[in-house]
Amino acid sequence: MTTPILTLTIDGKEVSGLAGETILQVARENGFFIPTLCWLDGLTSAGSCRLCMVEIKGSAALHPACITLIQEGMAVTTSSERLLRYRRAIIELLFSERNHVCAVCVVNGHCELQTLAQQLGIDHISFPGLYPDLPVDASHPRFVIDHNRCILCTRCVRVCGEIEGAHTWDVKNRGVRSQIVADFDTPWGDSTTCTGCGKCVHVCPTGALFEKGKSVAEMFKKPLGLPYLKAIRDLGV
Amino acid sequence: MPADTQQKPVDRRWQRIIQTMLRHNNQSDALIETLHTVQETYGYLDPAVLAAVADRLGIPPARVFGVATFYNHFSLKPKGDHTLVICTGTACHVRGNDQILAWVKEQYHLTPGQTSADNRLSLVEARCVGACALAPVILCDGVLTGKKGYKETTAIIEEWLGHAS
Ligand code: SF4
Ligand code: SF4
Ligand code: FES
Ligand code: FES
Repeated sequence: MTTPILTLTIDGKEVSGLAGETILQVARENGFFIPTLCWLDGLTSAGSCRLCMVEIKGSAALHPACITLIQEGMAVTTSSERLLRYRRAIIELLFSERNHVCAVCVVNGHCELQTLAQQLGIDHISFPGLYPDLPVDASHPRFVIDHNRCILCTRCVRVCGEIEGAHTWDVKNRGVRSQIVADFDTPWGDSTTCTGCGKCVHVCPTGALFEKGKSVAEMFKKPLGLPYLKAIRDLGV
Repeated sequence: MPADTQQKPVDRRWQRIIQTMLRHNNQSDALIETLHTVQETYGYLDPAVLAAVADRLGIPPARVFGVATFYNHFSLKPKGDHTLVICTGTACHVRGNDQILAWVKEQYHLTPGQTSADNRLSLVEARCVGACALAPVILCDGVLTGKKGYKETTAIIEEWLGHAS
């Protein structure tokens, strides 16, 4: 059986995609930019950051492009005053929830959160900051997790569980008290599941996960080729 | 695996927990139900027991810990002899449970999640217990009191703790 091809419009342009593809996939294939944070090619979609929201004609609600499947005849808008307003608010809220002091951050200049803020023209945060007092776990011999810079995108959780197969990370508590946790709230260095592969460090969009010995602006995240890793893992080689 | 997670708890209570897991063929979807049994039999989620459960159900430790800390119902520390649950869901909050919380803090020096030094009282904060029509809701050892004002509620708590043994 062949997969049906569906046609739709994105920002007024007629495009087509395969049934089962998400709006985000089809948009990227056709050169449209939709900002994302929790989504990462090769990992399952969490649909949690809401940054990729788009408008769909005939629906008053906004829809996350990374988990919304295309439909025949859909009319998608990827950018508007309203979307821009929401996206800015999301980024500002992320900044206000933790302690993002870019000037002293290991990924200053190459942080996905910082880049998005710049692209969206955010120069100040209109929400009062929570400035929580969060721990930094440097117990691992090679890596550090600084919860003050975590945006809870769960990329680390998914790459470790889905690609490395270790599932060292998960999220503990809920709501504003949510936090990334290793094993049974175990210091990372004492984790019995971590293989030390470093994948979580490189998928982390912020300076929350980094290599030891890196100082301000020195930490560069490497693309890992996750779709490729996933494919070879699925083949079992 | 470190030694402490290999030490399987061996007593009656652990038998009950094993039975719960067996009823679900030791499948990972037995987790929540198993955690309920652990909470019932031990009164809290003992770390060694959690590790044994994770091991037996083949669920990553972090996942088990995530689930265990997501629900207010579960507690990771032994609870006091008595438990006072104060609902701080939206309905109960606007109807005055914020003041009750402040009063408990003043009176018993407890903030949510804490147990008094003499182990007599644990204070738990719940985000909506699903009885909003009765707001503001408190639960004294599981018994629900609702629709009462500040004076009455505080009197009920004092009376309950006075008589509770
Ligand atoms: S280093 Fe590898 S195994 Fe360890 S937590 Fe990160 S992704 Fe998981
Ligand atoms: S540590 Fe990094 S990758 Fe993990 S949830 Fe936080 S921001 Fe995302
Ligand atoms: S990228 Fe779609 S919700 Fe995060
Ligand atoms: S808010 Fe208290 S029961 Fe719903």
